Amino acid sequence: MHVPDGFFDAPTSVVTGVVAAAAVGVSLRKARNELDDRTAPLVGLVAAFVFAAQMLNFPVVSGTSGHLMGGAIAAVLVGPWTGVLCVSTVLLVQGLLFADGGITALGTNVVLMALTTVVVGWALFRALQVVLPKKTAMVPVCAAVGAFVSVPVASLVFVALYAVGGTADISIGGLATAMLGVHTLIGIGEAAITFLAVGSILAVRPDLVYGARRVLEQRELVIKSSTTDSTTEVAA
Amino acid sequence: MGGAHGHLLHFHAHSAIHRAPAHLKVVALLVFMITVVATPDDWFAAFGAYLMVLVAVIGLSRVPATYILKRMVVEVPFVLFAVLLPFVARGPRVEVLGLSLSESGLLAAFGLLATATLGVIASLTLAATTEPQALLKGLERLRLPTTLVQIMAFMIRYLSVVTEELRRMHVARVSRGFEARNPRHWPVLAKSFGALFIRSYERGERVHLAMLSRGYTGKMPL
Repeated sequence: MHVPDGFFDAPTSVVTGVVAAAAVGVSLRKARNELDDRTAPLVGLVAAFVFAAQMLNFPVVSGTSGHLMGGAIAAVLVGPWTGVLCVSTVLLVQGLLFADGGITALGTNVVLMALTTVVVGWALFRALQVVLPKKTAMVPVCAAVGAFVSVPVASLVFVALYAVGGTADISIGGLATAMLGVHTLIGIGEAAITFLAVGSILAVRPDLVYGARRVLEQRELVIKSSTTDSTTEVAA
Repeated sequence: MGGAHGHLLHFHAHSAIHRAPAHLKVVALLVFMITVVATPDDWFAAFGAYLMVLVAVIGLSRVPATYILKRMVVEVPFVLFAVLLPFVARGPRVEVLGLSLSESGLLAAFGLLATATLGVIASLTLAATTEPQALLKGLERLRLPTTLVQIMAFMIRYLSVVTEELRRMHVARVSRGFEARNPRHWPVLAKSFGALFIRSYERGERVHLAMLSRGYTGKMPL
């Protein structure tokens, strides 16, 4: 859910705006290094995908449903820099063309939903990838753990911002408990969908999953023919 | 690049507000909203004045008020939060209709509701009176990085293509008797999600190749 205008006071909005602008600036440069002149069409299309994916509702119980926030899965699919760029673009377009999320809260929304979720999701994903066995099958697991933790952490960053620049005098401890409780549940959903979605993409196009590239490099092309002894000769 | 897309919020009309340069409208929105956010919660007259300004601008723009009102539903989750505030906020309490409410909470709830509502109306007005193409040009004039503006241009251009693709997948699932009711059906939805990602990414690659074959060197005529 996008933070509207009026949740945070003006100084907080300005500071998060500066942080968000810096993050987008750095991501732009890093993504360009990686994608070169493919940046605009590829990031644009992936941003359109993230926007559409947020419209895909996953039913929970009796009429309630949720959708993916998508920061962690974007980081695993297209890499952290491109991920920050995609989700930030989505938030920018939603704010300017769909009136979703306040214009003064744009920086806050980018910090919470693009920066925090991507950074936390990617950091955990990489940390687990180093520790766990280097197999393609572990990629969805690492992605799911990253997604699960990224959501409550984003809610804690929201609470921290609220403690500094919130507009109402409410108990921060109470807010933290409520936000953590709700977002841990949301995180479980996010983790489940991330696990299933990354798994389904890995099954079809493992080369497209940025987070799986290191594990894929260890594969070798083996051409199997009907006569068993020729296999070793054509193996590259 | 692509013309008007039906699901965007743009409302076609001819008015001074529609014709105003997009970069001025974006700056005006930003300055207006920062002023609103910086206004203390108890300056009730100021909030009234802000609303009058918006009503005047919408009147000038000839966008029907109902068009704006219908699209204000995005605000609903935060109305719920605002309604809770007087119950959970601290400080001296006051009796209203037999309920013990926090004074500071009531004021904060008013401030939040007023600011968020003004923000939604102001953003809707910008979205309703500005063509996406004009907005992109405006953002470029405001010195947003060219690559970022290009990314936004591609996203806006392909938004309806990708969402249509998602809709066709939905039709395909439904026509095979599938209806998502609970988490047991998530694997099917997740496969749609995965297929949509692969299709979008591959479309991005094809678009890039098509651009190269037409002489793309990294700059775009917007």
